[in-house]
Amino acid sequence: MSTEPASIAESRAAGRLARAAIAGNPNSGKTSLFNGLTGGRSCVGNYPGVTVERNEGLARFDGRSLCMVDLPGTYSLTAYSAEEVVARNFLIDQRPDVVLDVVDASNLERNLYLTVQLMEMEVPLVIALNMIDVAERHGETIDLERMSAVLGAPVVATVGNRGRGIDDVLRACAAVAEGPHAADVPRVTYGHPLDEHVRSLAERIAADAGVCRRYRPRWVAIKLIEKDPDVGQEVAALAEDPPGIAEAAAEAIRAIETHSGERAETIVAEGRYGFAAGVVRQCVRRRSLDRRRTTDRIDSVVCHRLAGPLILATVVYALFVVVFKLADEWPWLFGRSPSEWVNWAFDSLAAAVGGLEAVSPMLHSLVVDGVIGGVGGVLGFVPLIFTLFVFVAVLEDTGYIARVAFVLDRALRVFGLQGRSILAMIISGGLGGGGCAVPGVMATRTMREEKDRLVTMMVAPIMNCGAKLPVYLMLIAAFFPGVRARAMFILWALSWAMALAAAALLRRLVIRGAQTPFVMELPSYHLPTARGVLRHAWQRTGMYVRKAGTIILAISLVMWALMYFPRMDVSAFDARRAALDPDDRAFAERVTALEAEQSEAQLRQSVAGRIGTALSPLSRLAGFDWRDNVALVGGFAAKEVIIGTLGVAYSMGDVDPDESTSLSERLAGNPSWSPIRAAAMLIFVMVYAPCMSTLAVIRRESGSWKWPLFATAYTTLLAYVLAVIVFRVGGAFGLGA
Amino acid sequence: MRTSLADLRVGQSGQIARVDGNGALRQRLLDMGITRGATVRVQRLAPLGDPIEIAIKGYNLAIRRTEARSIYIEH
Repeated sequence: MSTEPASIAESRAAGRLARAAIAGNPNSGKTSLFNGLTGGRSCVGNYPGVTVERNEGLARFDGRSLCMVDLPGTYSLTAYSAEEVVARNFLIDQRPDVVLDVVDASNLERNLYLTVQLMEMEVPLVIALNMIDVAERHGETIDLERMSAVLGAPVVATVGNRGRGIDDVLRACAAVAEGPHAADVPRVTYGHPLDEHVRSLAERIAADAGVCRRYRPRWVAIKLIEKDPDVGQEVAALAEDPPGIAEAAAEAIRAIETHSGERAETIVAEGRYGFAAGVVRQCVRRRSLDRRRTTDRIDSVVCHRLAGPLILATVVYALFVVVFKLADEWPWLFGRSPSEWVNWAFDSLAAAVGGLEAVSPMLHSLVVDGVIGGVGGVLGFVPLIFTLFVFVAVLEDTGYIARVAFVLDRALRVFGLQGRSILAMIISGGLGGGGCAVPGVMATRTMREEKDRLVTMMVAPIMNCGAKLPVYLMLIAAFFPGVRARAMFILWALSWAMALAAAALLRRLVIRGAQTPFVMELPSYHLPTARGVLRHAWQRTGMYVRKAGTIILAISLVMWALMYFPRMDVSAFDARRAALDPDDRAFAERVTALEAEQSEAQLRQSVAGRIGTALSPLSRLAGFDWRDNVALVGGFAAKEVIIGTLGVAYSMGDVDPDESTSLSERLAGNPSWSPIRAAAMLIFVMVYAPCMSTLAVIRRESGSWKWPLFATAYTTLLAYVLAVIVFRVGGAFGLGA
Repeated sequence: MRTSLADLRVGQSGQIARVDGNGALRQRLLDMGITRGATVRVQRLAPLGDPIEIAIKGYNLAIRRTEARSIYIEH
């Protein structure tokens, strides 16, 4: 997979490779057609500076190659959304040799609206009438030759997910890319009087060499009449006579608006739709009226007032259970679950290098705790992420995810979230039985609205993930043994309350601005193909390993160093060990106790220990001492580390998170601990800093370090304030000590 | 009297007379085919009564009530 970009770059450098851009509406089957064309050999990246995904791949046919770039799916090419700006700038700046416009044949009129805009840009076009089988099933016949004549571009019938028409598309693309650029493409006609104004404004702009160096005059004319803010600025920057063009544009707008009594941008949109409707009238025979019958039948149940939410709850619950059971829990793969196999592999690897300890304890610790632990931490998530994306891809490809958004929008809008946020929250642990914010944050990919997506990413880590649960269980066993179930329930409810409150606050204070208008297509239901779903999940997983994985590995090495260095002078302990009497019946016990004491002293001595000690004046307000602090610092690597580190800090050696009874007893018997200190600790662990793996994924998904840093800062501050309040208020009621 | 899309009951349809609002939202509505003269039908409401699902230009669209209020209808 990763060899593709290099070969593409090489071929392009050699000037041998034509480049095709694939444009089209969301839900037009663009991605499955892209995968069909490239045979799935593609590399996923991002457009520079934005979080819009970029897919690039190589299509081969007849011994020739064509580089395919999958543009983001858009309904239009305005300046108002990141996807649309990316798509249109690519077309203007990169000048692809051919643009393949994927059109949903069963939803022709609305899809042709984008085609019209591509014609306005005067790019060399090929039209793929995709999902032609759906249109045919509804008894529609589309006259391809006629359409080709009207649009001035080859029109090819395709069924992307079944591979039909792939060769025809490639042949047409190659012919257009290699052929001479047709000088006389049919112009879009918008009707009187817009046509005349576009023509005269285009002539005025054509006389300005500054603008024409980059843009086609007719397109600029339309965009200026449409009052496109970006094009307005570009013209002001590039033109030889900016005021002259601005004046001419204002004049045209004035004339159009006086004539029609409507705003100019409305007239342009109506003109485009008028043209699209004309194409449909001329080329489609026997338009069917009931083509959405199946979809409407399903929706009357799935979006039903009572049945809808029930079905949604069932689907989400099933998704959660199946993802975690399949990846982590059920031993269905030769006696182990996929996650257990990964852990087993890394445990075996760690055991295999055990001999290193005799040579160099530091190297051993670096390899086992730093490198193997770090790489294992990255790959340990792979089964989970892959399974998650298989299910999310099914929800996306069938069209159900749009219904999730539809059904839940009203309820979640109150908190500045939207319907699709629910997936991220549930996967992050919203059901109370484990979960993980790493796939949770990645699940926000189904959200197109940038602000809603950011808020969701910021609050999803507050949910109770599977790694926090052992910490809760240990503390509850120690201090609230009689009310286990109730305590766990309260923690579950609190995590939702905290996350939703944080979302509402962030929306008012940090990620402000009007919510993105919720105007969402409810696409017809489709049966997904296994190949498409698996390919999707595989690409996403690969991206996680490459992009987030490197960050996680780097941070885990830093965390290792923080807990390991500086080393203390061990001579005093060596002397005490030498003084122990080997004939003593309790010799082994004493050695273990001494080693535990040494580990505690070393931990206190380490950078992490010093940080813990330095923070203790501050943390004392919440009832935490240096031991808690260092455990919480360790928890930054992964929350389950908290238990192991507490064990070391309380001179118990490394404690297995799954068998923490001994630690529970130790804390319960420690006079400095109290239920109220435990409660403060519980709330702090719930809310504070996302673990480094989550941060790496937030970095990856938000496109900058700003958001993971912000997430760490605000959650830790919030957690601290809450813990102090719990400890102080509880203390005031005499619950402390 | 002016009727907005938000006033239509489920199953009712009408023709779009005017789209109010500004900037990105209005452009988005236009781009999605909510143009003057187009026939629109209210298909169903979400369980909490908002958003609403409409059929327009042969496909279905979900919009919130606040947005629907800026779309005027003539019967």
